[in-house]
Amino acid sequence: MKRTFFEKVWDDHVIADLGDDAFLIHIDRNFLHEVSGAISLKGMDSAGRKVRNPDLTFATLDHVLETIPGRGMTTRMPGGNDFLSEFSERVGPHDIKFFDLDDPRQGIVHVIAPELGLVLPGMTFICGDSHTCTIGGVGAFAWGVGTSDSEHALSTQTVIATKPKTLRINFEGELQSGVYAKDMILALIGAYTADGGTGFAIEFAGEAVRSLSMDGRLTLCNMAVEFGGRTGMVAPDEITYDYLKGREFSPKGDDWDRAIEYWRTLPSDLEAQYDAEYTLDCSQLTPQITWGTSPEHVIGIEEKTPGLLGILDPTARSSRQRAMEYAEIGSGQSVLGLAITGAFIGSCTNSRIDDLRAAAEVLRGRKVADGVLAICVPGSTTVKKQAEAEGLDKVFLEAGFEWRESGCSLCMSGATGGESFPKNARVIASTNRNFENRQGPNVKSHLASPVTVAASAIAGFIANAQHLTEKN
Amino acid sequence: MSLEPFICVRGVAARLMQNNIDTDQITPGHVGMKVATSGFGEGLFFNWRYNSDGTENSDFILNQQPFRDAKFLIAGVNFGCGSSREFAVFALRDFGFRAIIAPSFGAIFTSNCYMNGIAPIILAEEDVVALAEEISSDCATMTIDMKACEIHSPKGKVFTFHIPALQRERMLLGLDAISQTLKRDSEITDFQAADAKRRPWVYEVTGL
Repeated sequence: MKRTFFEKVWDDHVIADLGDDAFLIHIDRNFLHEVSGAISLKGMDSAGRKVRNPDLTFATLDHVLETIPGRGMTTRMPGGNDFLSEFSERVGPHDIKFFDLDDPRQGIVHVIAPELGLVLPGMTFICGDSHTCTIGGVGAFAWGVGTSDSEHALSTQTVIATKPKTLRINFEGELQSGVYAKDMILALIGAYTADGGTGFAIEFAGEAVRSLSMDGRLTLCNMAVEFGGRTGMVAPDEITYDYLKGREFSPKGDDWDRAIEYWRTLPSDLEAQYDAEYTLDCSQLTPQITWGTSPEHVIGIEEKTPGLLGILDPTARSSRQRAMEYAEIGSGQSVLGLAITGAFIGSCTNSRIDDLRAAAEVLRGRKVADGVLAICVPGSTTVKKQAEAEGLDKVFLEAGFEWRESGCSLCMSGATGGESFPKNARVIASTNRNFENRQGPNVKSHLASPVTVAASAIAGFIANAQHLTEKN
Repeated sequence: MSLEPFICVRGVAARLMQNNIDTDQITPGHVGMKVATSGFGEGLFFNWRYNSDGTENSDFILNQQPFRDAKFLIAGVNFGCGSSREFAVFALRDFGFRAIIAPSFGAIFTSNCYMNGIAPIILAEEDVVALAEEISSDCATMTIDMKACEIHSPKGKVFTFHIPALQRERMLLGLDAISQTLKRDSEITDFQAADAKRRPWVYEVTGL
């Protein structure tokens, strides 16, 4: 039988068929962070159990750890210090490899796992964070779990999962200059809604995906969860192998040769059938931006907001109405030119070296507008060091951006009372969630690519970087 | 840890007919975060349930009678989307909810519900709307029968639903998943032994 890429990876991890579409699945990598991990370790310790496979279990700090330079093991999130201290105490005795505060490999799980070669094509990978699907960019089946499933995997190295259906998204055509992976995924969610991928393992394919760098692929897969998908994946190819070769934990020598031979068998068979398939033409795609409180509230940056137009269903209407009220955005309105007081470049979506390089190109020789709090948080300490080696930190600092230590920072911390934008601010961010209060109390967040964020920070209002480039 | 069995539960249903209610709204992260798995009921829908001065928002459904004692929640599409935080499910459970009924759910939220004995019940969108429309303050009590996989609405309509057999059995018996899976430890060992021959690089994590 012809199989899809996802089906091959799935089949290679089934330990037992538990009936009615439920399966016991082997977990190749279980990654812990201080919030979810503190609870899953506590649960396991309280039950008197041990980590079944500590060699396959990893830990770092990212969610609530401060990103202010000179930071220690503290956070401004109420109650957050308990997570940091209890997590660190509980990781210790279990012989889990821990990239902690002082480790040069510390960073956001979804940034460090690929860059260390800790996740490889065809692996299963879980973490107690919904954006674990990011890691599908290297061709792994990676998905976010709650603390209970994480504890289940600590104790058994397995998870009980229902088998998702398969969906292939074909991004055809060649991206125009100034348009990025972030714009592709926002356009997809805007077109097919935030639950358009529900029930599916999603494979991103097509010419525009094949030509993306690994950093771009990770961005694309990152927001599969915002599309409702269990995971997003890109089948491995030469770009994947070039990216992984020589990384710290990548296989070496004979192991590498055997691995690559196996990986080459993973892409879908020619006539494999998907349960669903959508195609998007990327050749005319423009920079995308969100206007509301769901990642499906997307428009092209030059377009006007749809308002309630064409929405008949009462639940959908009231949901849309609520979003418009929260965002203070009307019908048929342009977001281009809306004044902002905050700009954030960071998060597991867009904090890798490609993102920082692209944003720095916009910022070079320019200044952030008065009244805009602009912050850049590299996704990992490794990314930060690389950027500093290239002098990008100076570009950000000279433009007026804060240059921080790595972590999740304003992507999620604002929702926890940690690092956040001031109350009522309207901000633009390279992150993945524009939910109510996500980046601070009553903060209105617009999601876009790092380049759009940089251009807007310079302008002091939401701006199209394509025009900024032409003018200057 | 065993769970409270879900066999046949009768109680009040509340409707919250919004689409895409995300876990940030179910449990805002700034309220009562702690390294624990219970005691989160107060934080449920915090930003919607309370005014900024800390008083109750009387317009919010769960601040009204009889919905303060609701056991079932009826919601729009993609309920529980967003963050994987299991606090959202802890909070729903601690408030007293036993089931959520919606046309679709966030995938991680669904799994978290099962792990905590909450039934995430999917009905067709028109059935969710029909059920929600029956609910009023003097007609809100309904029954969910997990054995028959049926909802008996306040006005006596019957809606059937599907819950995967394994999850249904666990709900009926209140079984916790880890204890069940630990019984399969030898199967896991056998799998790993065979897999390590096929994909040795997965198990040989050495680094530089």
